[in-house]
Amino acid sequence: MTQTAATAPSATASPAPQPAARRRKYNRREAIAGYLFILPWILGFLIFTLGAMIYSLVISFTHYNLAADTIRPAGTSNYRALLDDPLVRKSLGNTLFYALLAVPLEICFALFLASLLNSVRRGAGLFRTVYYLPRMTPAVATASMFLLLLNGNTGAVNHGLAAIGIQGPQWLVDPNWVKPSIVLMTLWGVSGTMVIFLAALKNVPRELYEVAALDGAGPIRKFWSITLPQISGALLFNVIVLTIAAFQVFDQAFLLFWRDQSNASPDEALFYAVYLFQQAFRQFNFGFAAAMAWLLFVILIFLTFLQVQIGNRFVHYEGER
Amino acid sequence: MTIQAVGAVARPVPVTQTPQRPVRTAGSNLRLAGRLAVLLLLLGFALIFLYPFAWLLAASLKPRGDVFDNALIPHTFNFSNYAKVWQQLPLVHWMINSVTIALLAATAVAVSSSVVAFGFAYFRFPLRSVLFGLVLATMMLPGSVTMIPTYLIWKNLGLLGTWVPLFGANLFGSAFYIFLQRQFFLGLPRELFEAARIDGANYWTLFWRIAMPLAKPSFIIVFLFEFQASWNNLQGALIYLNAGSVEGFTVPLGIAFSMTKFSPTAGGHGDYQYVMVAALLVTLPLLALFAVGQRYFIDGVATQGRKG
Repeated sequence: MTQTAATAPSATASPAPQPAARRRKYNRREAIAGYLFILPWILGFLIFTLGAMIYSLVISFTHYNLAADTIRPAGTSNYRALLDDPLVRKSLGNTLFYALLAVPLEICFALFLASLLNSVRRGAGLFRTVYYLPRMTPAVATASMFLLLLNGNTGAVNHGLAAIGIQGPQWLVDPNWVKPSIVLMTLWGVSGTMVIFLAALKNVPRELYEVAALDGAGPIRKFWSITLPQISGALLFNVIVLTIAAFQVFDQAFLLFWRDQSNASPDEALFYAVYLFQQAFRQFNFGFAAAMAWLLFVILIFLTFLQVQIGNRFVHYEGER
Repeated sequence: MTIQAVGAVARPVPVTQTPQRPVRTAGSNLRLAGRLAVLLLLLGFALIFLYPFAWLLAASLKPRGDVFDNALIPHTFNFSNYAKVWQQLPLVHWMINSVTIALLAATAVAVSSSVVAFGFAYFRFPLRSVLFGLVLATMMLPGSVTMIPTYLIWKNLGLLGTWVPLFGANLFGSAFYIFLQRQFFLGLPRELFEAARIDGANYWTLFWRIAMPLAKPSFIIVFLFEFQASWNNLQGALIYLNAGSVEGFTVPLGIAFSMTKFSPTAGGHGDYQYVMVAALLVTLPLLALFAVGQRYFIDGVATQGRKG
């Protein structure tokens, strides 16, 4: 974001060599009308994005007292407090663990479902509809359902596991199983990712498979050599989007563990976005919470950058030979 | 498949090909088995995805003591749960609040994003691509970065305690929806607009009378997506409505409230059947939207992948 903003002036400077040709390209009336049409976005950007970001950065270097509506400078003390707070470290660790567990499982499961749907000719639409239904269920409904389904003693999930001879864990109580519980709920709603994969799979040219079949390639070889490279764009997109979502996971964790203020839940269930929310709107430590938000932003930019760098080595773009 | 095989037999077949025929049937048997396996897997997953819904429906009909028994057909049908829930929880208020806010939020963002998208799609002006790059870049920004300043903006405008913070920012368009609508507008032939210009139409007419009626499909996608997002918006409600009266809650905040209200640890009697009824009832509007506009939802999600 800040990078793009920084490059903006240089972009305006670059067409300088042929100013006459440049000026003739734009019709003045048309340009003014264009700016008027995008004016709502410009205003929104200046107030709710750029303005808010600057404001948030300023707040992160202050002690903000909401009741008295006063600000006093804090230097870097919020950021130092961030590094010293064991719960920041704990919640960041929990979130990282969750992301490492959830994202690969979501990708594999979604790709598997999409491949299944793509391999049938009739009935795929019906199955897709059924698979998409969890996506239409509000998080509150999902959470209240899974609160009972994942009950360690009476829940249906453990009854199902018992039927095949596995003793299920105390999903929502045992600190070790808190994050897998949330992953399970996330996987139930994986169909959004599935639909994106399905669209990508439908775009793979059939001839490629026919040619490979003539060369004697089996289904596994076809998957690795044709399918995966052909859908790599969608794969990278899904990985990036799911990672960003995983780092901001809030609803399910909050509803299952932190909705009332009796902090009886294990620290293992404290996700970064939940702790940030508590700091901001339960404790009203705006300075601290803003610093937390910026740390998250920096982490996400770094991770996305890394994923794009790694991804671009493998992603196959059409028309690139 | 069988018809083809019969045809193949009836046709005079060159001698050299006969040895291949048994291989081919074995292959098609294998393929048939493969297809059957795929079908069974698809059915299995369908059951897994549907089970929680069946479970929820059953639980919503059970008396208090049976909610946890996991029976998909309740031992005793307590249809009265559906009558009593309205006295137990101000569900009508929550639903009306949520529908109103969702309609405002969806209408605001769909109209404003369309206007902005048309600006980016049709007009040529300096810095257009830089600004559009900025639009796309804002999608990367985590909501928590702007959460606190946004709260302070609404506070300074004296709008805390109203519904404005839950849809106000939508009046300025939203990055993904702008992207979506722009893609659609770019697909419209430019001659259409040039012809209208020659007939003396002004820019607003081009947008409102020509582009918008044609862009109905993607407008509906944006509207439905935002309606769903607003209906599910828990964090916003926690920030802006939690301090107010229970009647002023939206659906997500209300259900969260009832999860606690009936919980024995919070002094309730474990009347989870009412939570289940409420959870089911607040899901129905979205399922109804999906029943009507399924292809818009699926198209919208698929488009997300194409921007990558």
